[in-house]
Amino acid sequence: MVKKIIGKSYIWLILILMYLPVLVLIAFSFTESVNIGQWAGFSFNLFPRLFQSKEIMIALGNTVLLAVISAVVSTIIGTLGAIGAYYSKRRMRNALDLATQIPVVNAEIVVAFSLTVMFVFLGKIFKAMGGDSYIFSFWTLLIGHCCLSLPFVYISVKPKLQQMDPSLYEAALDLGASPTKALFKVIVPEIMPGVLSGFLLSITLSLDDFIVTAFTRGSGLLSGSKNIETLSTLVQAKIKKGPIPPEMRALTTILFVAVIAAVIGITIYRNHQEKKLNLSKRRAG
Amino acid sequence: MAKENCIISLQGVNKVYDGNTVVNDFNLDITKGEFVTFLGPSGCGKTTTLRMIAGFETPTSGQILLNGEDITRIPPHKRPINTVFQRYALFPYLNVYDNVAFGLKLKKIPYEKTKKDGTVVTKMRHLTREEIDAKVMRALKIIDLEDLETRDISTLSGGQQQRVAIARAIVNEPEILLLDEPLGALDLKMRKEMQLELKDMHKKLGITFIYVTHDQEEALTMSDTIVVMKSGEIQQVGTPIDIYNEPVSAYVANFIGESNIYNATMVGKLKVKFLNHVFDCVDDFPLNEKVDVVVRPEDVEITVIKDEATSDKLVAKITNKIFKGIHYEYVLEVGKSEIVAQSTKDYPLDSMVYIDFEPENIQIMKKELTKNLYPEAYLDKNNKLIISDAKFDVDVSQLLKGSHVDDELYLIAENGKKYDLDDADVIAEIGLGDIEIVDGYDNGNANGVVVSTIYIGDHWQVIVRTQEEEDFVVDTQDTWNEGDLVSVIVKPEKISLTLKGNIDKYEVE
Repeated sequence: MVKKIIGKSYIWLILILMYLPVLVLIAFSFTESVNIGQWAGFSFNLFPRLFQSKEIMIALGNTVLLAVISAVVSTIIGTLGAIGAYYSKRRMRNALDLATQIPVVNAEIVVAFSLTVMFVFLGKIFKAMGGDSYIFSFWTLLIGHCCLSLPFVYISVKPKLQQMDPSLYEAALDLGASPTKALFKVIVPEIMPGVLSGFLLSITLSLDDFIVTAFTRGSGLLSGSKNIETLSTLVQAKIKKGPIPPEMRALTTILFVAVIAAVIGITIYRNHQEKKLNLSKRRAG
Repeated sequence: MAKENCIISLQGVNKVYDGNTVVNDFNLDITKGEFVTFLGPSGCGKTTTLRMIAGFETPTSGQILLNGEDITRIPPHKRPINTVFQRYALFPYLNVYDNVAFGLKLKKIPYEKTKKDGTVVTKMRHLTREEIDAKVMRALKIIDLEDLETRDISTLSGGQQQRVAIARAIVNEPEILLLDEPLGALDLKMRKEMQLELKDMHKKLGITFIYVTHDQEEALTMSDTIVVMKSGEIQQVGTPIDIYNEPVSAYVANFIGESNIYNATMVGKLKVKFLNHVFDCVDDFPLNEKVDVVVRPEDVEITVIKDEATSDKLVAKITNKIFKGIHYEYVLEVGKSEIVAQSTKDYPLDSMVYIDFEPENIQIMKKELTKNLYPEAYLDKNNKLIISDAKFDVDVSQLLKGSHVDDELYLIAENGKKYDLDDADVIAEIGLGDIEIVDGYDNGNANGVVVSTIYIGDHWQVIVRTQEEEDFVVDTQDTWNEGDLVSVIVKPEKISLTLKGNIDKYEVE
């Protein structure tokens, strides 16, 4: 009995530790006070104000655009890379596996700093060739984010390839599909779940990245000729000067609710699929 | 030159992987409509050969001709050949219908189109939905799965998946259907059913089947022609009956069906000696030639010894008896050799019987003699090797890795365990070039008479026969005459030993 109580309260403790901060934040997104921790009466005002703040909206737009573009690019490159590695000779494959594992465990600051050094160095070369020495722009930022998420795409696609029957590709060729058709009609659908989770992972990684963004950004996207501001860099810039704009609390609440809705939606969909599969299996048996 | 009506011809095909020859000089012509089986143990190159026909592998050298045209370097999707894969390789995200229709949807057929100005041009088009539908339904009907067309692959049983895989291949109307151990994943009963169905399907479709298996029974049941393979080379090509009754080597005989195989020597015109007994035979081999003899268990004739009257027939003792339903399976002993026999008659265990073989049931095969093999040798208490009365010094520590022999002649293992090898049964092997022949009757380990000398290319192959009828085959540069009394000497390090059974039974405390 005592054991049961201790066990249960332990789980509750963990859950509270995990969710209490978010709950506090959600609560404070319904009050207008500038200083955190002060309750200035219940109000929905932060939400309309959020959408009126041009600064935040630009940062949000930049963040989403960057996340989607970098996720698409790294998903394509990472998936093709994983397929290529899977069909390479063992030595090559092992080398690639190792090469993609290191960035996963590598400190982000190392990635960010080395990218900066490389871009500065490249700038010097461009200058020598008669170009502009300052090459930091949307493109360097995109390269930075792809560097961040590529290995994650690779490691989420790889297990799907390993689960796949290796003769599927040959079966497609055998039935008259050209190598390209076989790739898109057989292998890609088969590893799609891995590709999708790699894509989602890339989006998440890009959305809340600060270090690489801060090191590699230049002008472009919605910020125009100014340095690209994403949500994370915006918050950082604001903290330096004063209190975080209270609208950010409303934005965070919206993001959290959206994520929760997505997770619940996916879970319901999966359960539904499983039921369908079990049903047809029972019919088969 | 390819024979007439030949659909596919492999000419001098070789495949080398990283320096390993997997398929070596493969030559085979396959007739249109034939059911050919590549039979052999795993790693014999049969699947690699199949994959070269399908186009998944390119031969290192040699040619593959389809209807006389070289297809060696044509990619798989352009060959009119379809494959049924070992583990089906069905597309899991497609249902039964879409799996079967996969090839048809990609296919393009020529058609004639009349242009406005009246000229007729040939263009290519995809099949229409109705055409695909008709073909898929016909294929599903052939494999008896008509009502499962909308089912997911994962909901099908192994046997059903197998059928879908076959339908997916035959729906494209290939000229050749390749089957790579397609029944390997099914249980025994299902396998037997599918064997008959495949055979039936082959008859109905009339196309060429090339089937790969390691199961000799499957090969015998289904094929028109069996190709027996070993380490990348063809051992024998023939009908199931030929291969079973007239195997060309001990390897083939052993692989196809149960068989008794013995070392034998030709001792006269159409006379062969094995089991220490001379039998009449129908195969003509040179005198004194070392041969392999195969007798099938069902060809061993057992007769009861009626009275004490001596007969020159071979006497054997029944040491084991198993009831197998239709017949009994007996294990008989003659000296140290065993004979497996099948008979519908009931003989008591431990009784002595006569055994005999019809001359035509003794299949004699050329032996590829590479070394002298003495399967009935043993060690004496001084760790000397005894090959029928002849004594040889040997290094017994080779029987156990890291061991040595102590002063009291015990074998001491690396971990300190002690073994007494007195009377241990061993198989001794001596290379043909490792035996020295010297003049005189008492100058070596064993002595005997030179019974045969054959000049092989650049050296003589001499057979020395001892009084106990043991033969030493020797490659030598010296010339000897038949009838010479000689001795043979073998250096201890040239004799390799293999222990019969586990060494543990010789352990001493």
